[in-house]
Amino acid sequence: MEIFVQQVVSGLATGGIYGSVALALVMIYQATDVVNFAQGEMAMFSTYLAWSMLNAGVPYWAAFFATLAVAFVGGLLIERVVIRPVENAPVLTVVIVCIGLLVIFNSVAGWLYSYIQKPFPSPFPEKPFKIGDVFFGAHDLGALGVTLLVLLFLYVFFRYTTLGLAMRAAAQNPVSSRLCGIRVGWMLALGWGFAALVGAVAGMMIAPIVFLDPNMMSGILIYAFASATLGGFTSPGGAVLGGLIVGVVENLVGTYVRFIGTELKLTVALAMILIVLLVRPSGLFGRATVHRV
Amino acid sequence: MSRAQGWRRAIAPATIAIACALPFLLSNFRLFQFTQVGIYAIALLGLNILTGYNGQISLGHGAFYALGAYTTAIMIDKWNVAYGWTIPVAGLLCLAVGFLFGIPALRLEGLYLALATFALALAVPQILKYFEHWTGGSQGIVLSKPDPPRGLGLSPDQWLYFVTLGVVVVLFVLGANLLRGRTGRAIVAIRDNPIAAQAMGVNGALYKSLTFGVSAAYTGVAGALSALAIAFVAPDAFNVFLSITFLVGIVIGGLASISGAIFGALFIQFVPNWAQEISKAAPWAIYGIFLIVFMYVMPRGIAGSLRLAWTRLARVGGTGRTG
Repeated sequence: MEIFVQQVVSGLATGGIYGSVALALVMIYQATDVVNFAQGEMAMFSTYLAWSMLNAGVPYWAAFFATLAVAFVGGLLIERVVIRPVENAPVLTVVIVCIGLLVIFNSVAGWLYSYIQKPFPSPFPEKPFKIGDVFFGAHDLGALGVTLLVLLFLYVFFRYTTLGLAMRAAAQNPVSSRLCGIRVGWMLALGWGFAALVGAVAGMMIAPIVFLDPNMMSGILIYAFASATLGGFTSPGGAVLGGLIVGVVENLVGTYVRFIGTELKLTVALAMILIVLLVRPSGLFGRATVHRV
Repeated sequence: MSRAQGWRRAIAPATIAIACALPFLLSNFRLFQFTQVGIYAIALLGLNILTGYNGQISLGHGAFYALGAYTTAIMIDKWNVAYGWTIPVAGLLCLAVGFLFGIPALRLEGLYLALATFALALAVPQILKYFEHWTGGSQGIVLSKPDPPRGLGLSPDQWLYFVTLGVVVVLFVLGANLLRGRTGRAIVAIRDNPIAAQAMGVNGALYKSLTFGVSAAYTGVAGALSALAIAFVAPDAFNVFLSITFLVGIVIGGLASISGAIFGALFIQFVPNWAQEISKAAPWAIYGIFLIVFMYVMPRGIAGSLRLAWTRLARVGGTGRTG
């Protein structure tokens, strides 16, 4: 029983991380209908910026918020400069541009900072604490808390502010939104900015666990895709919950099903997603799209 | 027949003639690279039939490539089957598996299909390592290059190149015929408007899963040839980036275009090498810039841009003669 609870807890911790990257993916998808393959690398790059600042002696939280600001502006600029020229091209063209961004970020990070792993500090205390017989890592809980906080912030932003409403409108019906005086192009850029910001938070929460290196996000991005697919690409809450489910199931299956062990963990997580998709083609919490005939 | 059409008809034979001359002009290494181009071209045509013509996005064709490669490798290594027979077997096996995978894929659309197939591509290296008894685990399987028939005086590399070229020609002709006829129209109609296609009596589900199967078969044959050409298969060669590279290839080459598969194959084979030559420090950054610039300049791929240029030229030529 203790092992079970322990596995669930550590599954929730990694799941929270998958969920936070999935959240960033869903943000961009909702705002612009594009799946951003460069999301993970953008987060990785922001984390390196934070590392540079910390190395220069900037206190943690100052560096944290400065990185968020830089990531936001960076995301905005990427949309304006790189994505905008292909805005009206076929979807796959945009996907290829995103893949281009992915390899650029990865390569430039490796070039500037080398491929050697670097430790990244956590803002939370190191000592794990114990409730009953179960250990909780302080960073794990802290990271999960930060993810939920970001989710809450996004929910409030999209639900209760005029800007949030305008962004949702622009994504849902660009033409009518423009007629109402919403600057649709800028709303898309803002969407990228926010997604970059959420990604940066995720990167800085992940780096203390997996260490900082240019390839740190490739594995996590894959789980993030899985989480977003499971939860449904149209639902931010679903993406986070999807992440938690993937994290927990992956851990439990790896522990309890003997012939699977750690070797086929990923395969099982993916098979699970396929099965969910076959029953609910737009994810657990996604809205089914209805086509007009 | 106008002069423009006459020129157009000459393109395919001229390409084949140049391709036949290459083995006698190039070094063995360069020739191996062109063998690889031929193999990629088959895989890209397969993916293009599915994604370009039928509109089903797959990020998992690396899985079928792997299946084809391992079919060939296991048949040669375990059962001593002659290599020539392994290629059609790999194709048929992938046809069956692709068809079966296409049935559940019917329920998924666009992005969700892309991500489901992506999951397939991801799982491949792990699964291959798991069935160690058959696949040799992470060590992979080492093969020997097929010997050229005696009396032709060809080196193994040259022979392999001609085998590949032969398969390319056969599969491209078959593909072009498939897409030009009634089946091809049905495939495209499903992409453009599934409901209207159904209303006109096209069996959407059957065609979609069949297209999936045919597409997988092409990619499987390409995989089988690659196992012969490289004479080695290992799980990590079939990672996710292979599938992504295929997608890059068809979009750069030109979606829904047969010649696009060849342009795309040239791109994915040679551009990474050029990037390496330009900058040793950050070759992939250069590659990424190439990708983005290509998409800015030719949002519909190389074949799409050529088609556009061709129509403009033909129009200019036409008005010149009548006026």
